[in-house]
Amino acid sequence: MLGIGKKALAAAAILSFASPAMAQDSIKMGALATLEGAFTVLGEDGMRGVKMALEEFNYTAGGKKIDLVTGSSDASPDSAVRGARKLVEQDGVQVLVGPLSGSEGLAVKDYAKTHPEVTFLNGSSAAQDTTLRNPADNFFRFSTEGAQWMAGLGEYAYNDKGYRKVAVLAEDYSFPYTQVFGFLEPFCRLGGEAPVDARFWVPIGNKDYSSVIAALPDDVDAIFVALGGADAVNFLTQYEQAGGSAPLIGGSITVDQTVLGSKGRTRDFIIGTPSAGPISDTWDDAGWNEFVAAYKKQFPDGFPSPSLFAHAYYVNTKAALLGLEAVNGDLSDGGAKYRAALADLEFDTPTGKVSLDERRNAIADMFLSEVVEGPDGNLVNKVIKVIPQVSQTLGLSYDEFLKYGQVGRENPTCG
Amino acid sequence: MDSRQLFSGGFSLSDIHPAKLALVVFLIAYPAFTSDFFTYQIGAYSLILGTIALSLMMLAGYGGMVSLAQMTVAGLAGYLVAILGDNSMDVMGLGWPWWMTAPVAILSAALFSAFIGAISVRTEGIYTIMITLAIGVAFFYFVRQNYPVFNGFTGFAGIEPPTVLGVYWRDPVPFYYLTLFIAAGFFFAVLYASRSTFGLSLQAIRDNPRRMRALGYDVTLHRIAAYFMSGVIAGTAGVLMVWFNGRISPGSVGVDVVIDILVIAVVGGMRHPIGPFLGAIAFVLLENFAIDLIDRERFNTVIGVAFLLIVLFSPDGLLGLWNRTREKIRFGRKVRPGYGGTKTNDRHAAGSLEETKP
Repeated sequence: MLGIGKKALAAAAILSFASPAMAQDSIKMGALATLEGAFTVLGEDGMRGVKMALEEFNYTAGGKKIDLVTGSSDASPDSAVRGARKLVEQDGVQVLVGPLSGSEGLAVKDYAKTHPEVTFLNGSSAAQDTTLRNPADNFFRFSTEGAQWMAGLGEYAYNDKGYRKVAVLAEDYSFPYTQVFGFLEPFCRLGGEAPVDARFWVPIGNKDYSSVIAALPDDVDAIFVALGGADAVNFLTQYEQAGGSAPLIGGSITVDQTVLGSKGRTRDFIIGTPSAGPISDTWDDAGWNEFVAAYKKQFPDGFPSPSLFAHAYYVNTKAALLGLEAVNGDLSDGGAKYRAALADLEFDTPTGKVSLDERRNAIADMFLSEVVEGPDGNLVNKVIKVIPQVSQTLGLSYDEFLKYGQVGRENPTCG
Repeated sequence: MDSRQLFSGGFSLSDIHPAKLALVVFLIAYPAFTSDFFTYQIGAYSLILGTIALSLMMLAGYGGMVSLAQMTVAGLAGYLVAILGDNSMDVMGLGWPWWMTAPVAILSAALFSAFIGAISVRTEGIYTIMITLAIGVAFFYFVRQNYPVFNGFTGFAGIEPPTVLGVYWRDPVPFYYLTLFIAAGFFFAVLYASRSTFGLSLQAIRDNPRRMRALGYDVTLHRIAAYFMSGVIAGTAGVLMVWFNGRISPGSVGVDVVIDILVIAVVGGMRHPIGPFLGAIAFVLLENFAIDLIDRERFNTVIGVAFLLIVLFSPDGLLGLWNRTREKIRFGRKVRPGYGGTKTNDRHAAGSLEETKP
């Protein structure tokens, strides 16, 4: 027992004296994702995206070897900052990719300001204010955010589907606020209605939707549902059982594989549900098919098709590596040249061209899709339209866009 | 620790064990030979978590009341700092100066703790745990769903510690000394209180409340007063916590965090106020470095197994492990069971804690 104690003590002493070592011929890259807590499965898929990009470059960029150090958070902002701080201050990473979730992104952006010599690239976090208000000079987002993901959906619901009045059901935090804003802004501008008292906000992990279903107004044409994962499945099942019949409109993570795999009446019920997002599983495009094939080959035990988290982490990691190539792996000036190269970077992703705006947020293509019955009887999300080069300000000027105010439960007020 | 000597008049520096002096020197010199990361995220964070766990150790070890609401009390203080002081969220942020927010936050936390005490002291053991857990969970859901005051899911960010005497207290080294000063202050206060009349009657109430009631002590009042004091400790640590993170959200007072505090106290040991700090150091080191020991997504297993091993081989935590090792050295093979020299009081503490353990 004593021997073990002494060894542990010695180990602790060595640990505490060790300072971040930086080899000359390699660059340390950190990746931060939710490897614990409710979003573990999504975080693991994000890490797969990081590894895909690194594998593609054979773990070298600009003539330097890339050492990957992984960090974990549990989707709370506190833990994301602790994870980032460990990677930056203890492991000495010069480039950090992450985090996964919206509120985490806001926190890591604030932390980035205290380390101007480190370059931060977003993981998949999609809150608007990470780049829109008070951006950090060294935080880049080559993945897009929640309002951009809704591009085209509001117009489609109003013009093509002919909906005039919708109810809203969403989880009660920053990412769904951004999505609801992205959907309602064009929908209401065209003349649609979404009364504030017909918007329902539920906590993440809500199991019982009976009170929401009972309160849904009868005179709405459709329900916009921005729930994720198990929450979406729970709502759909209960809504179907309660005899609900209003058509649905989905958020970016609502109509995913778990929902499409449902059986019985729910299945018929979700056919025709439109949604929008940064990727589409069934997009018939050479680049995308290649990406899916590479994902399946590298991770046989992963998802049937890469999730938007794998995609976002992949795109950001690839951007980080392309930037390093551009400056020949030279970070000796504290990365100033590297960040300048990143700001000008423009490249082709599996989902089309991506470039940055002046606040370092991505401009990229979005996918409008609708649930249809596939040839083999399975439900799939069929791409209806690719909306080209959607910017964060949705085509408006920055100052004009800021007039909308911060996203929240009652923004925009329409109807 | 032979703290009785400290307060009996015949105290001189030579009475202090050299190991303790070495520890004090180590703690003071610590920032000089470590990186900012170790000073701030390991050192200061351990001290903060240790102080919150100390407030639980005081209640559980001396009072026999295992409260799971200590993190909730700390969280309330943290929230009040954000609400009364400045934050960057455009919600609340009344802009009071720090010398008003900090005392008001700590006092409110202490009153909240006394209130928790008032509703839970008539229960024993598992029922106390259930009531305090319920309060913790209720507080978590309340702050998550209340937008006008607590800003719901997002919580508050941009909370700055003050710049006093020309020092910015978020800088790693000043912040470390601030937490060290406060943690040490509460450590000695708890040590002293355990030998005071109040502390002794609290321990007597823990051992036999009925007899103490018969002797004319107001058992309920004693226990509520203990809750109030532990609330002062937890509240102060909560203020430090929100300065440390610069933010607070429902995730900071969630169920898992609430349980973490109990884990820290149990792993460290509840016999002596040093236990919670040992537990906190072990917890923070594992939380930060377990991911480097084992690749990928399995590092939480390492954390779990480490804590399981500690509790399995030493039911009284790291502190018990240390005490037994020391006795082995001192007495060779002739360890006299049940005899712990001047630690007799501590023995009783551990003995009765068994009954209240979950």
